[in-house]
Amino acid sequence: MNPNHRMPRDWLLVLPLGLFFIAFVGVPLLLVALISLHNDTAMAHVGIRQYMVFFGDSYNRGILWQTLWLGMATTLVTIVLGYPVAHLYVVSPPRWRRVLIVLILLPLLTSSVVRTFAWVVILGNEGLVNALLMTLGHAGQPVKLLYTPLAVILSLAQIELPLMVLPLVTTLTSLDTRLPEASHALGASSWRTWWKITVPLAIPGLLSGTLLVFTGAVSAFVVQTLVGGGQLMYMPFYIYEQAIQTQNYPFAATLAVILLVSVLLVVTLLNYFGRKTRGFVHG
Amino acid sequence: MAKSTLAAPRVVPARRAQPGRLSFNAVMGLMGGIGLLMLIGPTLIVLVTSVTSGYSLKFPPPGLSLHWYEALIFDSPEIIDDLLLSLKLAAAATACATVLAVAAAVTLARRRTFAARLLDSFFMAPLTIPSLALGLGILILFNLESAGLSFYSLLAGHIALCAPYVLYTTSASYAQLDPALLDSSTCLGAGGWFTFRRVVLPGLVPGIASGAFIAFMNSFDNVALSLFLSDARSEVLPIHLWHIIEDSLDVRAAAASGVLIVATLISMLVMERLAGLSRQFR
Repeated sequence: MNPNHRMPRDWLLVLPLGLFFIAFVGVPLLLVALISLHNDTAMAHVGIRQYMVFFGDSYNRGILWQTLWLGMATTLVTIVLGYPVAHLYVVSPPRWRRVLIVLILLPLLTSSVVRTFAWVVILGNEGLVNALLMTLGHAGQPVKLLYTPLAVILSLAQIELPLMVLPLVTTLTSLDTRLPEASHALGASSWRTWWKITVPLAIPGLLSGTLLVFTGAVSAFVVQTLVGGGQLMYMPFYIYEQAIQTQNYPFAATLAVILLVSVLLVVTLLNYFGRKTRGFVHG
Repeated sequence: MAKSTLAAPRVVPARRAQPGRLSFNAVMGLMGGIGLLMLIGPTLIVLVTSVTSGYSLKFPPPGLSLHWYEALIFDSPEIIDDLLLSLKLAAAATACATVLAVAAAVTLARRRTFAARLLDSFFMAPLTIPSLALGLGILILFNLESAGLSFYSLLAGHIALCAPYVLYTTSASYAQLDPALLDSSTCLGAGGWFTFRRVVLPGLVPGIASGAFIAFMNSFDNVALSLFLSDARSEVLPIHLWHIIEDSLDVRAAAASGVLIVATLISMLVMERLAGLSRQFR
């Protein structure tokens, strides 16, 4: 069949999704950008006052920084816990692999409200951790665990963990096992082989996991509001508050643009490193 | 002198165990164990809490009882209503997204041109951009057209959320199709549409089904988009649960969570059996 003959009908199939995305993804994001460029809530004056207000106030800059830091800390915890899980999966026999993949996927597919709720139960005043602390005699009264940054990082890490484990599993299973074997045969210790051979080869998986976890963590509205509570403010709730409760659309749009641009910057950076390391691994 | 150089290779005998293997395995095993406990522990804790006989989220529960499940099923019409709305929304969004995304994927998957890759990134964008930004944008769009919020504004947002998953899994399945099959079908005289229907589509079904399932679960779970896009009358289940957990910590939230966990587990195992769901993630 002549491919040139088939081409127009082919592209016609992309058209419905393309039009839908232009109308409900492209146009809305453009609108957000446009509205952020208005000085007043009545949207009569065009200008960059909202951005000046945001970056001129240390409270606002703090929220942005806290949000990005939350993303980074969560990513770090998921790497520390996720890599060993992926390692266990790779060294397990097929029977166990099937069990492990269910254990990894179930939390991913379970509603995030449910998973967040679990952390409210664990860290609450009558929760598991406080019950343990009380019976061990370390605390006379419940320790405040919920509504602390550490609690948010810990619960977010648990919720995003499968997104780190899965790309690592993909990378580690496709890794050429002769390389670590050669390293062992040449007398390198297990640790040295892991650090010098396996980890560099696993970098593409680490990077795609980082991408998924970071973008998920910075916009994890449910965890941030339920485990962080009213005391800890992050960008997503700030956007919601400004748009729905204060009805200050230009400022809410400004917040959304700033969050979006920060996320895209990190994504671009990770993709850049991704391309570099792929060239290094294969070339 | 000659003797000692001959003896030298024996300093590193081939049979010696790898140095550090024990400590490496111990550390990996320990950390992996903590990781697995983190993955599954919270789910188990919610399940145990949901069968508490007490009136608070005390853990461990003072006794076991199913009365919160009874309260959920018989005395909570508002939760059931929101559950039905969420199911309806997720099903409608998944159905629309699947039709749109599969059509696009069969074209995009066999092209490596710049335009195809650009479109592909555009269609995958909802996975990366914070969904609150997207929700705010769609809200502004509906307000501008004075269309007001309704089930359809929710649906529009959720279709955009669902489409990337189906597009991704369908494209991945397409890439794994054996090109020889397509060639043989064409050689044997089958037309393009016949080949597509009888050869391509059956090969894509597991990928499409897995993508649709993941999309459904994500739509069912979404809070950020729904917060902006639902009208005052309709509340989806995750937002209702979010309100309960934020305000009153009603134990019915635990019972509802228990139902969702069991339903997720069963549907996941069914999809694994029917469509090899986990292959989409490896």
